[in-house]
Amino acid sequence: MAEILSLADAVESHVRDGSTVAMEGFTHLIPHAAGHEIIRQGRRNLHVIRMTPDMIYDQMIGAGCVAKLTFSWGGNPGVGSLQRFRDAVENGWPHKIEIEEHSHAGMAARYVAGASGLPFGVLRGYAGTDLVEQSSSIKTINCPFTGEDLTAVPAINPDVTIIHAQQSDKLGNIMMWGITGVAKEAVFAAKKVIVTVEEIVDRFSPKFNSIIIPNTQINAIALEPKGAWPSYASGYYERDNSAYIAWDEIAKDRESFLKWLELKVMSIKNSDRNK
Amino acid sequence: MVAGRPEWSDEEIMTITAAKILKDKDTCFVGIGIPSTAAILAKAMHAPNLFLIYESGTVNTNPQKLPLSIGDGELANHALTVVGMPEIFNYWLQSGRIDVGFLGAAQIDRFANINTTFIGQSYDSPKVRLPGAGGATEIAASCKEVAIIIRQTTRTFVEHVDFITSMGFGSGPGSREKNRLRGGGPSRVITDLGILEPDPETLELTMTYLHPGVEVSQAIENTGWKLKVSPNLKTTKAPEQSELDKVRALVSTSDK
Repeated sequence: MAEILSLADAVESHVRDGSTVAMEGFTHLIPHAAGHEIIRQGRRNLHVIRMTPDMIYDQMIGAGCVAKLTFSWGGNPGVGSLQRFRDAVENGWPHKIEIEEHSHAGMAARYVAGASGLPFGVLRGYAGTDLVEQSSSIKTINCPFTGEDLTAVPAINPDVTIIHAQQSDKLGNIMMWGITGVAKEAVFAAKKVIVTVEEIVDRFSPKFNSIIIPNTQINAIALEPKGAWPSYASGYYERDNSAYIAWDEIAKDRESFLKWLELKVMSIKNSDRNK
Repeated sequence: MVAGRPEWSDEEIMTITAAKILKDKDTCFVGIGIPSTAAILAKAMHAPNLFLIYESGTVNTNPQKLPLSIGDGELANHALTVVGMPEIFNYWLQSGRIDVGFLGAAQIDRFANINTTFIGQSYDSPKVRLPGAGGATEIAASCKEVAIIIRQTTRTFVEHVDFITSMGFGSGPGSREKNRLRGGGPSRVITDLGILEPDPETLELTMTYLHPGVEVSQAIENTGWKLKVSPNLKTTKAPEQSELDKVRALVSTSDK
C-alpha cells in the first residue's frame, strides 16, 4: 500500500546500491527529480533500464551511478547525441558501463512479459539484424501451434520502477494522462514502485486518455511539483525544449558537466531544482 | 541560377520530395527529423487525411507545429487518441496495419540495410556511438513499404554498413523471406541528390531520379559502391514556390 513520503525518504528506502531500476516516461512524465535524488544520495552500481535513456540517464551515467544500461534508443531527440552516454561507451568515463541493447518493440514486449508474470515476451522482431548477435537476450523460438519461428526476449522485472504521474489521491492511487509509454507495464513488472506526482488531489476528475493505477501496486508516493521538468506534464507545464538544446552544450565536455552536477544537483535541495 | 527559378536547400528538397510520396489516406509511422517534417508537410499539401502514428503512442495526430521530440505535447494534444507503447508496436505495427514507414539513418548499403547503432570497427569500442534501434528495426520489418531519407555521401552510402540495425533487403532476393519479415521493405531512398529505388529483379538500389541541377556524376561520386543508374533516369519536379513557402513556414515553428 502506498505511503506518502518525501522523495529523499522514498529513494532512501527503496533504491539500493546494485539495484535494478527502471525509470520510465516517454518524452512525457520523465521522473527527473527522482534521478537527481538518486545522484544526490550517491547510489552506485545500478542497472538502469529505460527505453530512451534521454537526459535523465545521461546525467546518472555521468555522475557515476550506473554499472549497466538496458535500453533501445540513446539520443537527445531532435538535438543529437547523449554526450555522457557516449563518453562512457566510447571512452569509459567516468567508468566503463555494460550495455544491453534492444529495439523499442522488444523492450515493450519485455515489460509486458514482466508485468504479466511470464518469463519471456514474444514478437516478430530483430530478424536479419546484427542486434541478435550482440545480445544474449534475443533468441529464436518456435511456435508450437504453427511451427513458425518467432523472437523471444526475457521479461524485465526491476527491483524498483520509478515513474512520474500528474496526480495521486490521498489514498495513493495515481492518475496519469497524455503519453504514458510503458509506465503501466513498468509498474506492474516491478518489485517496488515509487511514483512522484505533480499534485495530490481529493478526487480524480476524468481526463483525455487517463489511466489509473491503484495504490496496492505502489510503495511510495512523493509530491514533486515540476518533478518531470525539463520533460513535461500534460495539464501542468510544457516540455522545456530549450533545456534539452542547452543540455547538449553542458554535457559536451566533462568539466562543464561536473560544474553543472555540483551546482544543479549536489549542492541544492530538490525543491530548488527548477529555480 | 536560372532566372526566376526559386532556390532551395538540400534539406528542403529532401523534405518536399519525401512528402510527395505519401498518399492521402495512407497510414504512416513516422520517425523524428526530416521524416516527421515531410509527413506533416504532406498533410498541409496534398494529403490532409494522412493518418500519422508516432511511436510515442499518438494515433492519427495532426500537429500544428514541428515537434522537437517524438513525444512532444504537440503530438498528443492533436491526436485522435494516445495509446501505450505495447499497443503501438503490437496492434498497429506488428499486425501489418501501417502502409508506409518513414526512417532516417546514419549509413545505408546497396540493399538498403541501415545502421543507426555505431560507426567504427567494433561494437565494444565504437568510434562513434549512435542512438541505436528505437522503433526502426520493426518499422523496417513490418510496414507495407519503407521510405528512407538520408544524405548521399561516401560516408553514408557505404559498401558495408558497420552494423545492420534495421534490415532492408539483406544480401538480395530471398533475404527478407528467409528472415520471415512480412513487410515489403524499402521502396524508395530519398537523398539530397535524388531518389533511389530497388531494382525489381536484383533489389539493388538504383538511382531513378536526380533533383534538378544534379549531374549523374555527382551521384556516382557520392556513393561508396558502384552505383547502378536507371536507363530511364528522370528528374524530380522542381519545388514550387508555394511548396517552399509551406516547408519554410513549418520549419519556422520548430523550437530548434
